[in-house]
Amino acid sequence: MASHAVTDLRHHFENHDQQKDASTLGMWIFLVTEIMFFGGLFLAYIAYRTAYPDAFGAASNTLNIPLGAVNTAVLICSSLTMAMAVHSAAIGKNKLLITFLIATLVLGGVFLGVKAYEYHDKFVEHHVPGPNFDFKSEDAKHPVDPHNASLYFALYFAMTGLHASHMIIGAVIIVVLIRMAAKNRFTPEWHTPIELFGLYWHFVDIVWIFLFPLLYLIDPKNK
Amino acid sequence: MITATPTQHEPKNYINSDYGIKSWLLTQDHKRIAILYLIVVTAFFFLGGLFAVLIRIELATPAGDLVDSNVYNKLFTMHGIIMVFFFLIPSIPAILGNFLIPLMIGAKDLAFPKINLLSWYIYVAGGVFTLYALMRGGVDTGWTFYTPFSTSYSNSYVIATGLGIFINGFSAILTGLNFIVTIHRMRAPGMTWFRLPLFVWAHYATSMIQVLGTPVIAVTLLLLILERGLHIGIFDPALGGDPVLYQHLFWFYSHPAVYIMILPAMGVVSEIISCFCKKAPFGYSFIAFSSIAIAVFGFLVWGHHLFVSSQSVYAGMVFSMLSYLVAIPSAIKVFNWTSTMYKASVEMSTPMLYAIGFIGLFTIGGLTGLFVAALGIDVHVTDTYFVVAHFHYIMVGGAIMGFLGGIHFWWPKITGRMYADTWSKLSAIIIFVGFNLTFFPQFILGYLGMPRRYHVYPPEFQVFNVLSSAGASILGFGYLLPFCYLLYSLKFGPKAPANPWGAVGLEWQTSSPPISENFEVTPVVTQDAYQYSTREEVKVG
Ligand SMILES: [Cu+2]
Repeated sequence: MASHAVTDLRHHFENHDQQKDASTLGMWIFLVTEIMFFGGLFLAYIAYRTAYPDAFGAASNTLNIPLGAVNTAVLICSSLTMAMAVHSAAIGKNKLLITFLIATLVLGGVFLGVKAYEYHDKFVEHHVPGPNFDFKSEDAKHPVDPHNASLYFALYFAMTGLHASHMIIGAVIIVVLIRMAAKNRFTPEWHTPIELFGLYWHFVDIVWIFLFPLLYLIDPKNK
Repeated sequence: MITATPTQHEPKNYINSDYGIKSWLLTQDHKRIAILYLIVVTAFFFLGGLFAVLIRIELATPAGDLVDSNVYNKLFTMHGIIMVFFFLIPSIPAILGNFLIPLMIGAKDLAFPKINLLSWYIYVAGGVFTLYALMRGGVDTGWTFYTPFSTSYSNSYVIATGLGIFINGFSAILTGLNFIVTIHRMRAPGMTWFRLPLFVWAHYATSMIQVLGTPVIAVTLLLLILERGLHIGIFDPALGGDPVLYQHLFWFYSHPAVYIMILPAMGVVSEIISCFCKKAPFGYSFIAFSSIAIAVFGFLVWGHHLFVSSQSVYAGMVFSMLSYLVAIPSAIKVFNWTSTMYKASVEMSTPMLYAIGFIGLFTIGGLTGLFVAALGIDVHVTDTYFVVAHFHYIMVGGAIMGFLGGIHFWWPKITGRMYADTWSKLSAIIIFVGFNLTFFPQFILGYLGMPRRYHVYPPEFQVFNVLSSAGASILGFGYLLPFCYLLYSLKFGPKAPANPWGAVGLEWQTSSPPISENFEVTPVVTQDAYQYSTREEVKVG
């Protein structure tokens, strides 16, 4: 295995520590760019929610909170299995590593499946912004402007869609990592891809931890 | 070991180490990738310049005789988009930064060579999208894509162009990420932070902006594309959206983007001035930290673009004050450069001419920046030629002078050839004269009230417009000259020694052009940068 580790040192690095430090720092900086990327959408959300609190509350009440909560739990579990995968790689348990990667993949798949189901509901209810958009206020005495509700759903789809696309990219990477693990590519000395992907996966998880209360739970008293 | 001994066959270097188009298109050598960038960036420069030529021809007369207003809108839009996103932003970082940062810090390559190559392909892909939009008829929104015109009314290829810039942004992000990691993790033994050349400090600050700012323009363009394509209402007042939100998001990136263009040029100027004064820059740490300060302040001033866009007066006052703060680190640099030259024996080489030109033009551009950052004056000059003149003094007078100065300074290192001295000095002077003749009259035009982005104007403005167009033709000629004599030097120029200017940076300690691995042995740095007084050779292995 030691010879394996040597071949993984790229020519322009002096040693493995330098290579690993560089990769890890690169990943953290990438995650910072991701925060800025999502940040623009969060800003738009804050601006319009402040401008149209009633419409945003009414629109958010049409979301399926139990499903959102289940998905939150599923994603937190997948973060746990991912952390276990990193640990398994660090102690050199390759079978365990593969098991936990598959578990993470399955949980990610469940999340995306539930999300697709929720999207389908929104589609059926004509809550997708566009020419077929139709929003009827539940509270007939205080109707909200459907245009503003449409803004909420536009942001809902933009934010959860961007998040889901990160999940899909993550799922593709897990498949690659499982294949690499099946070929015994990872050792306790060198399993940087597993570690870095772990960072990415936790980041995607944390984004959802913010999205869930912001999109689903903003008007609980009217529920 | 360092000085190339004259032998019959050429010693190995990064250029002749491998042959064939594939060895270039699949290279992971930062020096070769820099050359790839140089080729495409230069092509975009002349394409963007072509639009400028058409604009200046149209404006030579008050009537709209060359193009109609629709075509004119597309001309200045494509000029702006290509020059900002495809020339200015990648120019110095992706070419000179790419080539020099590993050499300057004693590394074999950037931290992520494959990502470096990928960023070039992303840049080309973004360019292809934009060129496609251009050939289908272009965009007429101005490079700023202001909503709701861009989302609801414009009858041009907004989505394709937006996608091109969106894609191109990831190239800038990856380059910035690569530089930050490289500067943190790849420094040679003994190369501490405060021994780094100021060029590297400037690029560190630039990379911070690229990494923090570019994702915001990416998501902004994504929303713009969604708004135009699906009409989701985010920027549409008819649906409760706010067009001004677009302006906030856009300028949150696009003001700092100005510093992506100017900071690397400042780094170049610091190197050139130190070298041709043969002394360490006055106030090294002040210049280094002023780069960081400019990057940080740069993120807090975007609202000065919204003084007349329904922003509250109080927000306007705060943004105005913060904008004035940027003048402090900028002035620190100018004072330090001039102090470095004070009582030095200044060698008026070609790079030095560009550097001195930079200082003068940047100072005018910076000071007029204070005019437009002042609320009262800005109301008078908003959307006039005063603003056009101001940012061209920064971007053309500053960034392009820095770029050309850097190209001339490091050309012997990059290509291993010397260019013709008289021609290069002559063209530096022609460019300086042509530039001022082009853009100084525009300050007067703007102050007199000529609005930007119109192809017709009242006859009383003609004299200044003719002056400007005449200057532009001199400037354009000036830009063609380096293109010719630099290309000529590749084949016929005398061979460059390892250190033609007698500079002390690590990049001058290796051969010209450098070998693929940059140094025979990893250098060990034992002293600060710019030790011109002691002139001890830095130990290379
Ligand atoms: Cu600005």
